[in-house]
Amino acid sequence: MKRLMLGNEAVAAGAYEAGVRLASAYPGTPSTEITESIVKYQEIYVEWSPNEKVALEVAIGASIAGARAICSMKHVGLNVAADPLFTVSYTGVNGGLVIMVADDPGMHSSQNEQDSRMYALASKIPMLEPSNSQECKDYVKSAFEISERFDCPVIVRLTTRIAHSQSIVETADRGNHELKPYVKDAGKYVMMPAMARKRHVEVEKRMAALKDFAHETSLNTIQWGTTDVGVITSGISYQYAQEAFGDVSYLKLGMVHPLPYKMIEDFASKVGTLYVIEELESLFEDQIKKLGIKVIGKDKLPVIGEYSASLLKEKLLGIEQNKTYEIDNESPGRPPVMCPGCPHRGTFHVLKKLKLMVTGDIGCYTLAALPPADAMDTCVCMGASVGMAHGMQKVRGEEFGKKTVAVLGDSTFIHSGITGLIDVVYNKGCSTIIILDNSITGMTGHQNNPTTGLTIRNEPTKQVNLELLAKAVGVDRVRIADPFELKEFEKIVREEVEADEPSVIIAQRPCALLKGVKYEGPLRINEDCRMCRSCLRIGCPAIVDKGDKIEINNALCVGCKLCTQMCSFNAIVKAGDKNE
Amino acid sequence: MSDLNIMIVGVGGQGTLMASRLLGNVAMQLGYDVKVSEVHGMSQRGGSVVTYVKMGKKIYSPIIEKGEADIILAFEKLEALRWIDYLKQGGALILNDQQIDPMPVITGKAIYPESIIERFEDGGIRLFKVNGLQIAEECGNTKAVNVVLIGLLAATTSIDRDIWEKAMEQVIPQKVIEVNRKAFDKGYLLS
Repeated sequence: MKRLMLGNEAVAAGAYEAGVRLASAYPGTPSTEITESIVKYQEIYVEWSPNEKVALEVAIGASIAGARAICSMKHVGLNVAADPLFTVSYTGVNGGLVIMVADDPGMHSSQNEQDSRMYALASKIPMLEPSNSQECKDYVKSAFEISERFDCPVIVRLTTRIAHSQSIVETADRGNHELKPYVKDAGKYVMMPAMARKRHVEVEKRMAALKDFAHETSLNTIQWGTTDVGVITSGISYQYAQEAFGDVSYLKLGMVHPLPYKMIEDFASKVGTLYVIEELESLFEDQIKKLGIKVIGKDKLPVIGEYSASLLKEKLLGIEQNKTYEIDNESPGRPPVMCPGCPHRGTFHVLKKLKLMVTGDIGCYTLAALPPADAMDTCVCMGASVGMAHGMQKVRGEEFGKKTVAVLGDSTFIHSGITGLIDVVYNKGCSTIIILDNSITGMTGHQNNPTTGLTIRNEPTKQVNLELLAKAVGVDRVRIADPFELKEFEKIVREEVEADEPSVIIAQRPCALLKGVKYEGPLRINEDCRMCRSCLRIGCPAIVDKGDKIEINNALCVGCKLCTQMCSFNAIVKAGDKNE
Repeated sequence: MSDLNIMIVGVGGQGTLMASRLLGNVAMQLGYDVKVSEVHGMSQRGGSVVTYVKMGKKIYSPIIEKGEADIILAFEKLEALRWIDYLKQGGALILNDQQIDPMPVITGKAIYPESIIERFEDGGIRLFKVNGLQIAEECGNTKAVNVVLIGLLAATTSIDRDIWEKAMEQVIPQKVIEVNRKAFDKGYLLS
C-alpha cells in the first residue's frame, strides 16, 4: 500500500517489516515520532527509557538475547549513549541492532548542531543515511541485514528535513524473524582487557570487509547524466543537489561510513568538475581529498546550518535568488512562548522577582531564558543545571550559593539530574534544586516518563516518587509546592535558598495542555482596572497591552487565574460573569 | 499539471496540520509525487509555523524557497507578511484576516506592523482575503477556519472538486465532517 509518511514513521514501518521485537528510546526532536509510531505495532515491545544510555543498553541486551532491536534518539542523545556505543562496536550483535540518530542542522530545536557521522567514524560502526521516507523504511531493513551479516550494530542517521518531511512510501508485510539462539560467549560479550583486545582485531577485520561491501551494495549508486559535472552527496543534500544541478552525474552515498574509495575514484575520473555536497562537517570531503582527488566543497559551502537548493545555486553556480515582490516586510519575531496556563510561569515569576541566579536545563522551561521571563542564566545539556549550580557554589562560596537555584523538569531530572543531586549531597554542597513536576515530558509533545505512572502504551505502572527519591539520596529538606500559589511558593524558595544544606523543591502543577487539566475558561478585565500593568509582569501571551487599556485575549486565555494574584484591584474576572 | 508549491503559514496551534493533510491527500489521489514538510518541536509553543507542500511529477527538495510558492495559505496577517518573499511572481495569497500579537508586541518591545493588507494590495499581489473565523462560526465551529481557507484555495486551482470532497472524507473525522463540508463550500464560493 502507498502512503504519505514522515521519515520517522517510515523508520517505524521499516522496523516492523524487519521483524523487530524491541524498540527503546528517549524522546528528543526530531527523533520522537519514530518510537511514537512504533507504538501502533502491537507485535513490538516498546519503551521510553529514562535516558539514551539506558535505551541503548536495553537494545543491546535484546540483541544479544537473539532479537532484532532498534534504539532511537536525537543527536545529543548519542552523546549520552556514547559509552555503550563504543563498546557494542567491539562485542558485536546476535540479533540485528540498529541505532537511529536524528541530527538537527540549523538547530530548529537543539542546543548544538553536532554531526553524528563523526560518531560512526570514531566508534567504527557502519552508518546509513536515507534521502526520503521510502529510503528511511528500506535502509532500516538493510541496516538489520548488514548488522547480522557483519556482526555489528548499524547507525542510521536522519536529519530534521528527512525525519519531519512526509513523502510516499510503499509498505509491506512483517518479515518473519525468529529469536536467534542465545549462546553464552564471554569472549564476545564480556569486554575485559583480554577479551576486548581480541575483539578489537575483529572490529578492524569487519571494517575492512565493510569497505568491500560498500562497493557491492546498492545503497551506494551512480546516477549518470552529463559528465561535465559530478556530485558526491548523501541524505537531504542529494535532494537539494538534484534541484540545483538537474541532469548531471551523481554518486549518491546511502552508506556514509565506511566510504567506497574505489567507486569514488572511478566516478571522479569520469566527470569534469567534482562537487562534494554535505551539510555540517567535511567528512566526505576530507576522505576524498586524501585520495588525491580535487573537489569543490567546503571552500564554497558553509559548515554551519542547513543547506537548500537555492544556497547551492548561489554558492556553487552563481545563480541569483528568485525574484520576489517588493514589499516592506520587516516583521517582529514570533518566538515560541510558554503557553497560557503553563505552570512554569509561576515558578519563573518568583525566581525573577527574587533576582536569583538560575542554572537552567532542557525543556519547555528553557523558554524562561527569553523575555519576558528573562529568568535563566545557563543551559548546556540534559541534567546540567544541578551539577553546574554545585560547581558555582563551590568556587564562589555559600553566599553565592544562596542566590542560586538549579531548575529542571521531572523527566530531565530522571534522565540525568539525579546523579547531579547525589553529587551535591555527597560533596557537601548546599544548592537548591527546583524540579518542575508538570506530570509529563512536555517539550517533545507529551510523552510518559517514570514519574507519570504510565508506560508508553498508557498502561499503569509504578511511579517514581520524587520526594522519597530526593530523601533517599540524603536530601533532608524536600518541599512540595504549587507554583501558582505565588506567595507561598515565594516563601518556600526564600527559605530553601537560605538553608545551609541541599534542598529540593518539587514545583507541582500539571502541564496546561494535558487532557484532564481543565480550568474554568477565559477571564476578562473589568472597569476596576487602574492600568498598573502588574498583570503583564507574568508574561502571559493572553494578556495584551492595548496602550489605553489592558485586554485578555478570549481565544487564548484558559482561565488559570495566575494573573488574578497580580491584580490589587480585583479587576480580573471570569468572562461572562455579569455579577462582578 | 505543472508543479504546485503551497506554503501554509500561521501560529502554532491554529490548525495548519489538517490543511496540510488535506493537501497531501489530494496530491496522492491525483497520482502526483508529493512532499509535505514542517518542523516540529519549539514551533508548537505559539511560535511561527510554516508547512511546505510540494506536488508534481517528481519532487526533490521538500522545502519551498523564496519566490517559489504558487500559493501561500496564511492563517494570520503578520505571518503572511513575514513569508511574502516566498510567493512566486503571479502567485496567490490566501489570507485569513486575523491578528495574533506575538510576544514582543504584547510586551511593548515591538509594534504590530500597520496596514499589512494595503501593502499586499499596493504590491500587486493576487490577494484573496477572508474572515475565516466569522465564516467558521457561521458554520457552527470556529475550528473550521482551516477548511474555509482550503475551500478558497481549492477554487483557485484547476483540481476537480470531487477530489477535494473525497480528501475531506478520508482525512476529517466523521463527527465533524458536516460542519467542515459547509466550511469548505463557503470558502469555495468566496472566489
